[in-house]
Amino acid sequence: MRNVYVAGIGITTFTRLEYPLSEIAAYPSMMALKDSGITDVDHVYVANMGSARVNHQTALASAVVDSLSLTPAGAAVVENGPASGASAIKAGFAAVASGMHDVVLVAGAERMREVNNLEATDFIATLTHPLAEYIYGVTLPAHAAMFTRLYMEKYGVTERHLAMVAVKNQNNAMLNEFAHLHQPITIEGILDSPEAMTNNPYVAEPLRFFDACPVSDGGAAVILVSEEVARTIDRPLIRLAGIGQATDTHAVHEREEPTDLLAVRRAAATSFEMAGFTPQDVDVAELHDAFTILEIVESEEVGFFPKGEGHIALEKGETALDGSLPINPSGGLKGKGHPVGATGVGQAHEIVTQLRGEAGERQVDGARVGFTCNFGGFGNNVVCLTFVRED
Amino acid sequence: MPVDLEKILRPVDNPLKPFEAKYMTLASGEHMVIRQIDRDEIPDILPYLEPLLHVERDYYDVVCARIYSELLAHYRYRAQDEYVLAVQIDGELAAVVNGRQVSPDLGMSLHTIALRRGLRVGAHAFAAKMEYHIDILGHKEVLIVAESPIGFRRWMIEYQLEKRFETAHELGGVPSWALTKELFDRARSTLVVGRRPVPPEILAKAEAKILPPSDPPTPPADLLAATRSMYDPTATALIAQRNLLGGEVDHA
Repeated sequence: MRNVYVAGIGITTFTRLEYPLSEIAAYPSMMALKDSGITDVDHVYVANMGSARVNHQTALASAVVDSLSLTPAGAAVVENGPASGASAIKAGFAAVASGMHDVVLVAGAERMREVNNLEATDFIATLTHPLAEYIYGVTLPAHAAMFTRLYMEKYGVTERHLAMVAVKNQNNAMLNEFAHLHQPITIEGILDSPEAMTNNPYVAEPLRFFDACPVSDGGAAVILVSEEVARTIDRPLIRLAGIGQATDTHAVHEREEPTDLLAVRRAAATSFEMAGFTPQDVDVAELHDAFTILEIVESEEVGFFPKGEGHIALEKGETALDGSLPINPSGGLKGKGHPVGATGVGQAHEIVTQLRGEAGERQVDGARVGFTCNFGGFGNNVVCLTFVRED
Repeated sequence: MPVDLEKILRPVDNPLKPFEAKYMTLASGEHMVIRQIDRDEIPDILPYLEPLLHVERDYYDVVCARIYSELLAHYRYRAQDEYVLAVQIDGELAAVVNGRQVSPDLGMSLHTIALRRGLRVGAHAFAAKMEYHIDILGHKEVLIVAESPIGFRRWMIEYQLEKRFETAHELGGVPSWALTKELFDRARSTLVVGRRPVPPEILAKAEAKILPPSDPPTPPADLLAATRSMYDPTATALIAQRNLLGGEVDHA
């Protein structure tokens, strides 16, 4: 396989966006093209989960490639639930690594706020098992709540730990101009004050309002190129060094140990092995904290901390922006937002920004190895990426 | 004998029971004070509201125009039995709510406008207003309408308001909804918060000067966005949501 590099990146603010979905994909793509200086693209992959259902639009890639005037480049949509973004990057990687293409644009876009919260929640719930879960009314918050309760009982995680994740990530988001939530929160305000239960009510006990990510619109893009192309571009050399993808049972109750996220564990291990790194080599990571509990658990499953000790590392401040392994400096899904199809590409955008040393106030000093975990379903389809700065 | 027309035009002097100031901690950890203000503080507020006349998003323009006129009418003695509560964070104006007593049994909620977003500031302010009507003024019910889907969600859905569609609200021909004491009691434990008395230093800061909001809503840069915000189907869907959550099934 050939080496694959990230030559350009772009992103929209993750928020409520008032323009069409195809433009939400096209805008960051233009930014990425401008960032790289590239004008000719061989192929476009567009990651999206819900355009047909939420926006009444299909064949999104055709619309995007036309919006960008990139015809006759090839174009295709990649739909893989909330892991669509990293899955599209994987497809782009394969196209370049195989020698099939030299320049691939990967865009992720979602416009979820076109519908109300009830419809958005239902739309996401369609990724659950249709006969064993969905028909019984399961939603992702419900799944996460049951998972959290079990995790609390088994490993001693408390609501305070969850609140600590929320506070950390939402405050990180204050430093990210593209983040959805620019609202600092405190443990006192969401957990300890007499008004905390109203400020931060239970959504699905034990998960509260501030344990869940916002429903966001947004887009992000990366341009993947061959080494030959990368060396002609005057940008830091960021190599996409490792990709791992793994799946688990569709229905969560079929797992032997529901508190183990085996797809995360396997996808991360594969990604690290391919890149030739270990979890301890990682300087900065973006984990898929759609719910606060997931950051804690993923930080264990990918190998950063021993199983059951992610919350202890959190307590010690190891995952803070100034800690030994900053997690979600962008604000994560919790603070930056979660436009599902764009999320995995947005994670890659942040890691490339960090490795380039262009993250401003949230810059992790000296970051050279970065990692993302894009979590699809309730852990049934996970893609992990490892990036390294080479120059 | 000359007629003093001003005496005729002015509202009857009918002092309302005072609203004792209260405070609460927001999710941000900041302390927020809600206190009743007199006529002489209204000129301090009006300049902070005026820019919102140009914010179409979430019907700020409509709400601002209306509350501005209501406050001005109150200030210039052209509104009967109106009151105004100011909401402040570190002295900064965070929200304004107002209403009116129609009779000893009936309150008329006028407007709630939040100048800080994302912290339930408006929701807390509305709860304080309802507390004033039901607990302090002793109204049996309060008539309420909403201009924006956010207001509809906060008032009609969260408080499970009753329809009073046969009664015209003072704000116009839109259907009225009502908060009764029973509904308020039901919501009290989850939606109505705040502590009294306000610590003297916090109250003193609020009373010293009403400071301008540091991060008020602003018009979107994109005109398309402004147009798009005029259309929002959320309210209809929220009625369905309330029904799904166990409220009355009424497709009227």
